[in-house]
Formats: sequence, C-alpha cells, structure tokens
Amino acid sequence: MPDALNEPTGRAATTASTPGERTPDERTSPSPAPTGPVPVAPAASAGLETAVPAGPVPAAPAASHAAPEFPTPPTRAAGGVGTPHLPGGVGSSPTRPDAEAKVNGTFDYASDLDFPGMLWGHTLRSPHPSARLRAIDTTTARAMPGVAAVLTAADVPGKLHYGLIEADQPVLALDQVNYEGEPVAIIAAETLDLARRAAELIDVDYDILEPACDPEEAVAAGNWFRCQPVRLGDPDAQTPAAVVTRDYVVGMQDQAPLGPESGAALPTGDGGIELYVATQWVHSDLEQIAPCLGLEPDRIHMAIAGIGGAFGAREDLSVQVHMAMLALATGRPVKMMYDRAESFVGHVHRHPARMRYEHAADADGKLLYVKARIVLDGGAYASTTEAVVGNAASLAVGPYEVEHVSIDAWGARTNNPPCGAMRGFGGVQTCFAYESQMDALAEVLGLDPLEFRRRNAVAQGSKLITGQIVDAYDPARADGGTPFSPLADMLGRFKDMPVPAVPTGRDIVELPGGTGNTTHGEGVRRGVGYGVGLKNVCYSEGFDDYSTAGIRLELVDGQTVAYVRTAAAEVGQGHWSLQAQIVRTELGADRVELLPNDTKAGSAGSSSASRQSYMTGGAVKAACEAVRELMRGHDLADGPIEATRVFRHRATKPMDPVTGQGESHVQLALCVHRATVDVDVELGLVKVVDLTCVQDVGKIMNPVALEGQIHGGSAQGLGLAVMEEMITAQGRVKNASFTDYLIPTILDMPPMRLRIVENADPEAPYGLRGAGEPPTLSSTPAIVAAIRDATGLALTQIPVRPEHLTAHFGRQP
Amino acid sequence: MRVEMRVDGEPAAAEIDRPGESLLTTLRDRLGRYGTKNACEQGECGSCTVLLDGDPVCACLVATAQCEGREVKTVVGAVPRPVRDAFIACGAVQCGFCTPGLLVSVADLLARDGDPNDVQIREALAGNLCRCTGYEKIIDAVHAAAELMSDGTPAPTRAHWITTPVVPSAANDATEAAP
Ligand code: FES
Ligand code: FES
Repeated sequence: MPDALNEPTGRAATTASTPGERTPDERTSPSPAPTGPVPVAPAASAGLETAVPAGPVPAAPAASHAAPEFPTPPTRAAGGVGTPHLPGGVGSSPTRPDAEAKVNGTFDYASDLDFPGMLWGHTLRSPHPSARLRAIDTTTARAMPGVAAVLTAADVPGKLHYGLIEADQPVLALDQVNYEGEPVAIIAAETLDLARRAAELIDVDYDILEPACDPEEAVAAGNWFRCQPVRLGDPDAQTPAAVVTRDYVVGMQDQAPLGPESGAALPTGDGGIELYVATQWVHSDLEQIAPCLGLEPDRIHMAIAGIGGAFGAREDLSVQVHMAMLALATGRPVKMMYDRAESFVGHVHRHPARMRYEHAADADGKLLYVKARIVLDGGAYASTTEAVVGNAASLAVGPYEVEHVSIDAWGARTNNPPCGAMRGFGGVQTCFAYESQMDALAEVLGLDPLEFRRRNAVAQGSKLITGQIVDAYDPARADGGTPFSPLADMLGRFKDMPVPAVPTGRDIVELPGGTGNTTHGEGVRRGVGYGVGLKNVCYSEGFDDYSTAGIRLELVDGQTVAYVRTAAAEVGQGHWSLQAQIVRTELGADRVELLPNDTKAGSAGSSSASRQSYMTGGAVKAACEAVRELMRGHDLADGPIEATRVFRHRATKPMDPVTGQGESHVQLALCVHRATVDVDVELGLVKVVDLTCVQDVGKIMNPVALEGQIHGGSAQGLGLAVMEEMITAQGRVKNASFTDYLIPTILDMPPMRLRIVENADPEAPYGLRGAGEPPTLSSTPAIVAAIRDATGLALTQIPVRPEHLTAHFGRQP
Repeated sequence: MRVEMRVDGEPAAAEIDRPGESLLTTLRDRLGRYGTKNACEQGECGSCTVLLDGDPVCACLVATAQCEGREVKTVVGAVPRPVRDAFIACGAVQCGFCTPGLLVSVADLLARDGDPNDVQIREALAGNLCRCTGYEKIIDAVHAAAELMSDGTPAPTRAHWITTPVVPSAANDATEAAP
C-alpha cells in the first residue's frame, strides 16, 4: 500500500477520500464559489417571507389536543417552523428553516414562552451537599401575597423518584439531600421576583452531614454506579521494550448552553397537562414525568420548545416535573426558567476523572499492552453514569490495536454535583489520557508521534479491545493485502497542511495574554501537538435505539408539499435542515413543511450520541421511500399519501460484565486534530493559534452545518484543555457563573482548517457517520500536547492552568 | 414608577415596581419583547446586547429607571438586513441564542468601521459568548456583511487561510490557497 504519510498533495481540493470512485454527478459538493461580488443569502432566504413566525407562542394551545395525527394545514407549536420553497437536498447547505426567525429575534425559545395568566415557578435548592431534612416550614412563604403555591415532597402526586436510566433522583428531597443544589421545594408566584423572595421565607431545618467527595474513597467503600472491566490477553506476561505509566486528572466540565433551562406547563382543565420545554428527548421526559405526576401518559402532551443549545445538559429532567406539579396545583399556566447560577447546579456535568494508565510497546513500536484504572465521579445520582462508564471502558485505548488489556472503569457515587451526559460522553476523559500516553510512549521509543500512531492504528478487520471488529471501511481499499486503515490515511493528510509560520509584526491581541498587554513576544514559545479521538455513534450496549418519522405528501395549490413529523430535537445542530434536505432528495417535493416535534409523533430518541442524522435521518429516509412506493400508480390529485416508519440501527450487545467483551457499538467515528500554540512560559498563558482538523464523516450531508459542528466541538475541547472547570470544594460549586466559569470567547478561538474525509459506512443512511462529538474528543489532547511541546512539561491534568506551567519554571519537570 | 422610552422606533412605557429592575427584564417580561436574550444577567455573555442612544450596552446591566426618554434598539431595530443575511448565509447561526446580541454588536461594529479585519472583529465581539459555532462562521459573516454593505466593493480577504468561502460554503479547504 502506498505510504499514507506520503500521499500526493494535489488532492486537497476534494472533500472525498476516494476520488475517482464516484462520478461527478454523484458529488453533491456545492457549486464553485462565484467570482466577483458574492451574492449572500437572498436566493435562499427570499422564499421565507411567508413563513416567518412572529411573536410568542399563541396562547390557548389547548386546541392542539384535538389535532389529528397529521395536522393540515401545519400548525406551529413552540419551536415548529415551516420551510417553504427552500432548494437544496442532501449534500448541499440550504438556508436553515429556523435561521430567519433566529436573526429576527422572533424564534421562540423555551425561555420566551408567555401565556396569559401565567405564574412563575422557582426552585428552592439545598445549600448543603449532604444533610438530613428534619423539617420544612412553608407557612410564611405560602402566606405571602402573590404566592400561589409552595410544594414539597409531600405534594408529589405520584412516584417520588425519576431518572434517565435508574429512577433514583427524588422529585423533591425526601428526608435527605445528597448534593448542593438538590431541589427541596418549589414555588409558583405572580412574578419570578416574588417567587424568589418566597423561597427565602421557606424554613428548612437541615441536620448537616459530612459530604463524601472523594471518588476513590467512594469506590473503595463500594459506593459506585457501575464498574466495567475489560480483559484481553495477558498483559503481565509481556516483555516490553518501553513502558510509560502516568496518572491523569480531568476536571468537571459544564455544557453551558446559552439558553437556560426553561419551559411552561399548562393545565388542560380536565386534569391533563401540556408542557413546552427545551429538551433533547421529549419521549423520555414523558416516560419519566408521567408516573411522578400520577397521570397516564396520554393525559400529558409535551412539545419541544425552542432550544438554545444542549450538549447533553438537556437529557436529564430539569424543570419538567416541577412546573407540571405547580400548574396542576394552581390550575394556571406556570413558566420556569433558571438563571445562570441555578443552571450550573440544575443540570448534570461532564464526569471529572482520575485515571492511571500504563502503556507498553515492543521495540518495533507496536503496542504490547495497556492497563488502566479509570475513576469517573458520578456525583450524587445515577443519571447516565452507567452508560458513560461503558463508553470509557470500551473506548479506553482509542483507535489502536492492542492484544493485551486490563482496564477497570468505575463510576463513583459521591456528594458532588451529579454528572451525566456531555458531548463526547465518556470518550473525552480517556481520550485525553490515551493520547497523552501515545505521545509519551513515542518519545521513549524515539518515534515520531504520528508514525507511532500509524503503526498501531486500527484498520478494516481490526479488533477493538472489546472484541468488536472494525467493519465499516471499504475492503476494496485494501492495498497489497494490507487492510485499509482510515486513521493512517487521515494522519497522512496533515502532510499538505503545513504548520503556520510565526508571523512577523503580530498584533498584541494575537499573543498569549491578548489585550491584557502582558508580553510583546518575550518568553513566548511555540508548540505543536496532535490528538486522535474515537467516538461511538448512537446508543450502545444492546439498547433498543430507534427513531420514528412520518411523511405526508400532498398536493396544495398545484404544488407537492411534504409534511414531516418527528419528535427529534433541533438543538442548534441543524437537524431540521437535514430532515428537509433528505425529503427533497428522496421525494423532490416542491415544499417541505416540518411539523411540531412533540409526543404526538413517535419517539425519535435523543438528540445526543451524534445519532440524529443517522437515526431520525434514517427514519425520514425510510418514510420517504415508503411514500415513493405508495406513489406508484397513484395520482396525488386523488389524495395525499402518508407513511410512518420506525428506523433501527443494527443490534448491539451488552459488554460482558467480567471481560468487557461484546460488539457493544453501532458505529465508530474518527477525528484528528493538530494544535499549534504559543505559550508565555513566564506567565503560564496559552494562546491556541491554529487548529487543523481531519475528520471522517462518512458522507457530507450539509457542508456548512458540518463545519459548524466541527468548529463548535473543537471549541468545547479547547475549553476543557485550557479553561473550563467547575471547581468544587467539599461538594460545593465555587464558580457557578460566566464570570468564574470561563468558556472560550472569540479571542480564545484560533482560525481552523478542516479536511473532511468520507469513508462511507455501508450500514448507515447515505453512508454517514455521526459528526458532532468526535472533534470534542481530539482537540483537547492535541492542544495539551502542543503545550507540552512548547514547555517540556508533562502536563497530566486538564484544564491546564497557568500555575501548572509556571510552577516548574526554571526547573526540569 | 413609570418609564417612557423608545424601543425599536416605537414609544414604549413600562411600570416599574423595583428601582433596580434591569432594562432586560423590562424589555422581556413587561414589554413582551423577547428578541433580546437572557443568558446570564451578569454582563458576561452579551446575549442581551442592545443599543442605548446608539451605544451598545448589556441590557441586563442597565437599570430601566435610567432609560427615561432614551432610545433603545434591539435586534429588531438595530440590525441592517445585510447583516442578518450574512449570518444566515455563512452558517453563523446554530442554536441562535447568542445571535440577537451578536447581531447588535456587529451592526455597531460595522457602523464604526465598514471594513474591519479579523483582529478588529475579534476585539469587537469579545463580549459576546457563543457556545455552538466556535466563532469561525461568525467572523465569516462579519466580512460578508461588510461587503454587502459596502456597495459591492470586493470583500476584504480573511487575513488567514480559513477554509470557508462565504457562499456557498464547502466543507473542504479548496480555497485555502488564496490568502
Ligand atoms: S444576559 Fe446580559 S450579558 Fe448575559
Ligand atoms: S449559536 Fe448557539 S450560542 Fe451561538
């Protein structure tokens, strides 16, 4: 096979990894950039004139109860938007259906909901990470004018607990609180201000206990949600040429979506309730809240309201049960919206991790064995820790072949804030560790870090440490008997993207410290580093993962109009656009109308695990195909055609509880980053000056949206590398604000170069691979590797803080 | 206390019962103008940026009581159409929660400087957090908007080799050779 590191450089202009294998017609790349003045937007946005929804959600949405399965004409619930006349199928970047409303300030986010006679809900939370509840006195608060209800655990109508996987989280604290910020009581009042003041009047008698905050101690004491070992071969019987053993620490990251947790609940007057909420998976919400409210699920209608970013923070319940309880208790609409400080404790975070890794290689630079002990801090309640531990264990060595493995991954139970889903989901923590290890081992071996990775990269037919066969790459691309290795190919693509030169005459804002005017270049050193990430796409370990889509094709005023009905959450990623693109490609409809995403549609599963393009994309495609089939011999003038399809990915297996073996994942996606940094080694300030990224997406569905996913995912990885950490001390969060929890600003982000590879997955719709998460994995280790390159320090903890860089100043690490 | 001001060119009056009430709260919860977003109420995110007598401010940090007789412009009234078009065309809008504040900041920047370079754009937008986009396409959009507003003069070229042409975008770096 030709050396992937020496691939010809002339290929850069194409997005495909396999030039020549597709005809030009099959290429759906956008037309070449026009010369002269660039026509911005109007072509696509012109058709939107008639569709722009204006103003807040109309009051009295109760009528939607009577709506048929496929309401025509399409109604608009919160978040629902029509998409008339937009050109562009799969592979193009049509104007987002929600873009016009978003730039006009008329898009209805969950926090913009407004109903006549609406009350405001508020949550009283525990100030203590661990305490017994002796008594709660709500009398004074109840008596306050303007207060409509004050509810505690005693008022929960049904089941007292909920949870995404395990129902262990109290709706409201019972006799004990287990983390700082645990909901204790809820209030509904005429204004938010009044509700907050009433909360201060609630008298809670706490018996304060010593919180258990050390995850290692928790594991030792048997306080854990899951332990998942992976055993393969016999690591102890090997005789390595080089061994590297290090301890790694990953801080607690927050998703920090800009839109706060919010929603509104409306009693229907007959004992039922309607909820509008910003959520990633509305059907899972319904399943969890119905038992708590003591209502049959069919008495509850839930619709997704406009979502201001999610990143995992909207997988667990937040306001849902509380506002529903308040609305049922008062008989009035109730809105809830967290402020930023409450948001920081009102959703789960990325698990902080402590990891000990031992990597060994033989003299030829082949990995011999990997041993790892991974302890993730799940905090007080289960949330999705179980699944995160599964990912951490199964992806613990990354995309490398190794025959001898001993891994133990734990999810500890402590009195720290609960942790669960965040973009990257168990893949991020271990990626930082194994990539750091790969660099360290390459250094010991005297090998170039890319060459060392290439020698160990998985290829078609390789086995992961779980025994899962890598089977989604084109066997026909084997060369001289060597199976195709997508990773080796991707690593080779950096050859023709040189590291940027240090510019002369830099503006001071381009130096570490930026406008702080801390240096004019003295003490600034440059470094370059690489990171590779391997992420599973869709739900793993035997989960029955599916999505449902309905399509109705109809003739309206001589035009074919396709109505699309799913419950998939548009969290910002562009999923609405993608659905419309698929419908245009499959049905060639004149117009595509997206109907509201609510529980009247079948479940679409969660907008997480990079799965929505695959799953709901797959369901929409399947429904379109069914409609096409029904169209044979049918004239639309005689009536509309309708089809609903449920789409499932191939089945997966649970991991063996002792050996971790099992084909647990559906699909795997790769991303490689190269970071270039400037470090002021005297002040410990880091400036990332370039991020270059090669990602395999299988099929480019929407170039602009894809780039946006890679840019945004890389930014969150940068945040974890150098700034983002929720600091806790004895279970208390110290920095619950954007003043103290820093996320990257436009000054922190470097320019990015992207090279997209399309190694189609034959199992997936259009061959696509989930794309949202992988960049979040690989940018972090790449940046830290670059800082190591600049400073010579070992740097085993993220985020890297200035003091990590200056503590060793003048000394060898 | 009654405060009268102009919001997006229309007279608007609000009854304030707390002297410290922020302009953001008044706009959203009293006047029902939800275009301006609330993401922190601490002056840290820029989602609530509006023009107050032409100057960009965080509405969450301005007391409504100080706005008597003044002119407030939000995303609805402060942003020229080409800026909006550029944001749409360049993919600068994902979840869009940062967008109203960003658009106001960009409108202000372009009113001061019709042809800002990347450094100037980054400085001007440093107070507007976006969690979704990584800011690349926002910078693209500002350049595109500047071009659209400059009566057809060719756009300033990005100082670095960003991959993304303005419209249509391509998910490759075909254009990277043109610095
Ligand atoms: S809401 Fe005003 S700056 Fe964040
Ligand atoms: S687009 Fe989501 S915060 Fe900017």
